[in-house]
Amino acid sequence: MRFRTRAAFAAAGVALALVASGCGADDGDGSGSGDNKKVEVFTWWADGGEKAGLDGLVAQFKTDCSQYEFVNGAVAGGAGSNAKQVLASRLQQGDPPDTFQAHAGAELSDYIKAGQIEDLSAQYQEWGLTSAFPKGLIDSLTVDGKIYSVPANIHRANVLWANKKVLAEAGITAAPKDLPEFFTQLDTLKANGVAAPLALGKDWTQQMLFEAVLISDLGPEKFTGLWNGQTDWGGADVTTAINDYKKLLSYSNKDRDTFDWTDAEKLVMDGKAAYQLMGDWEAADLDAKGFKDYSYSVFPGNGNAYQWLADSFVLPKGAKNPEGTKCWLKTLGSAAGQKAFNTKKGSIPARTDAVATDYPAYQQAAIADWAKGVPVPSCPHGSACSQGWQGAVASAQGKFSSDGDVASLQKALVAAAKQFAGK
Amino acid sequence: MTTTPSSTTRPRRRPGATRAKLRRWAPGLLLLSPSLVLLAIFVYGLIGWTVKLSLSDEHNALGNKGFVGLKNFTDLFTEDINGRFVHSLKNLLIFTVVFIIGALVMGLLWAFLLERGVRGEGFLRAVYLFPMAISFVASGVVWRWLMNSGTDDAAGGLNRIFVDLHLGFLQNPWWTDPDWGMAAMALPAIWQLSGYVMALFLSGFRGIPAELREAAAVDGASTYQLYRHVLFPQLTPTALSALIILGHMSMKMFDLIMSVSGAQWITEVPAVYVWQALLTSDYAKAAAISIILLLLVAIVIVPYLIYNNRVERRS
Repeated sequence: MRFRTRAAFAAAGVALALVASGCGADDGDGSGSGDNKKVEVFTWWADGGEKAGLDGLVAQFKTDCSQYEFVNGAVAGGAGSNAKQVLASRLQQGDPPDTFQAHAGAELSDYIKAGQIEDLSAQYQEWGLTSAFPKGLIDSLTVDGKIYSVPANIHRANVLWANKKVLAEAGITAAPKDLPEFFTQLDTLKANGVAAPLALGKDWTQQMLFEAVLISDLGPEKFTGLWNGQTDWGGADVTTAINDYKKLLSYSNKDRDTFDWTDAEKLVMDGKAAYQLMGDWEAADLDAKGFKDYSYSVFPGNGNAYQWLADSFVLPKGAKNPEGTKCWLKTLGSAAGQKAFNTKKGSIPARTDAVATDYPAYQQAAIADWAKGVPVPSCPHGSACSQGWQGAVASAQGKFSSDGDVASLQKALVAAAKQFAGK
Repeated sequence: MTTTPSSTTRPRRRPGATRAKLRRWAPGLLLLSPSLVLLAIFVYGLIGWTVKLSLSDEHNALGNKGFVGLKNFTDLFTEDINGRFVHSLKNLLIFTVVFIIGALVMGLLWAFLLERGVRGEGFLRAVYLFPMAISFVASGVVWRWLMNSGTDDAAGGLNRIFVDLHLGFLQNPWWTDPDWGMAAMALPAIWQLSGYVMALFLSGFRGIPAELREAAAVDGASTYQLYRHVLFPQLTPTALSALIILGHMSMKMFDLIMSVSGAQWITEVPAVYVWQALLTSDYAKAAAISIILLLLVAIVIVPYLIYNNRVERRS
């Protein structure tokens, strides 16, 4: 996942990745030569809640697909960036794993264009996934009429987290409904001695906040259009959004560029800030840290827009055991499989028929929102744009954080869209 | 390494000289050949491969589609969004200038003080030299905390010390300053390498023959004149070596910046940009930046190697 410090353990991670790639290749040869039972599942879920989710899924796979054997091809370190490097080299060498993890949506486009993954549209019909997933999600997954991946989970990016105590002290009782109300509340908080009421971190967290503002100012439909070329980045509404975003930055901590999302989260926990925009993995993190005084709401003005990101699995061309992979994907897409995975990982199932009572409190609310919300994609988390586009926007956002130059940010966003859209 | 058998006795011209010559340097060549082969493949071969990549249009995981000439290089200067590459060069320039001047001045100062005969020289030398033993990653993590940009109530690290000493006006944003942040980033590097520069200068001072000092004393030179006209000119080769070593380290600076700030716009230098381009699978761009970086280092290193070769041949 991109939201961790990517480079933290780069050196150690690369070494690990090399070792793991060696092992992976051996496993592949082993299954190719003998009985076709092994299904190598390539992920970067090596520890924590992610590993627990994977284990839950594997248990379900063992029941549903007892004729196949699960082989764990996880590559640890670098929060997925090492795994992506290993994967790229294996795909180039024509030695793909039986299935691999990737962010659903635009991030898959490279693999699709290279013809490295198979069309799963027929399986979607066969397994009844077309009706189980919401239409907006199916639309986002569809490329030229074909679907190439099965999402394992859904996270929500546009959630505003708050410290209830700080809000109560400033006399704020309800979550803000739109941006003007949000600004009023932030002013009230400032007047009550909270110097920087909005906690913020570095580049990609700023990117998330900016996207939330864009959704408020443009609406979900035009926002989605920004990523497929139907909305102009140079438009006046985008300028308005950049100005609103700039105003929001003035309420945030000045040392934001030195902060990761967990540092910003700590400002909220310590009562030094009242609000933080972050994805819904924050619920699991706050619970794990034993902080109870939090509340959550959709970002002001986002309405029922559900900015999603998802991990998904694919069927690579040249997989040694395509039938085994299909059985894995079928388990993954099934109600039982999604439950086994998501109750442990802290995300919600992509299916709309999930039984909410199986899940903790936050997830119950998220499931209800997902069923009736409008899905919109996210660029920093791979569902809206390719990796190159994401890098360019992150850089432009970093510059804006230091100079606040509205025209220059908009120009950079237009240039990035021109360079990367449709590629 | 360059002074292999050739610097021993000069060959005499006589019949069968080629065979004798062969016999003299064939064993040496044989012994060197494994490392030569490895160098040819892993250094020069890979440089060649990187050059080829930098001339291709491999901008994503799809692989190479064709040859685009120098387009990747010109794009870096003209098409890059927000002038990102030029910005990274500007950052590198500020960093390099502050780092080199800082380390040279501090190193020379310490070497001068030790050379004047301070008590406990061995101890002080160890103290000054010690930071060099620490990796940039380890010291970067500490300096990340020292150069915390929070102020007043939120202050940490050096800013906290300033607040506690009632010197609050000294607080500053360190590396988060958009214009001069890279100068702050050079502080850890200066801290780490001044001791090394000191050691270089100290050995330079010690290498000056005592006769020169005596002769100056006999001629009635003052201490200032002794240093100004006799000792410092003798240190020029040392200063040049120090400049080259610091210069090429600075150009390739990556680990320190990654551990202090992480990869981000304000502190981006070309080496960090290469890493960012690789993460987004833009292999051609990463290769082009790497080649520019290699050329920049070569501009510094090659004249030095030529100069060194000449000096060695002369002696």
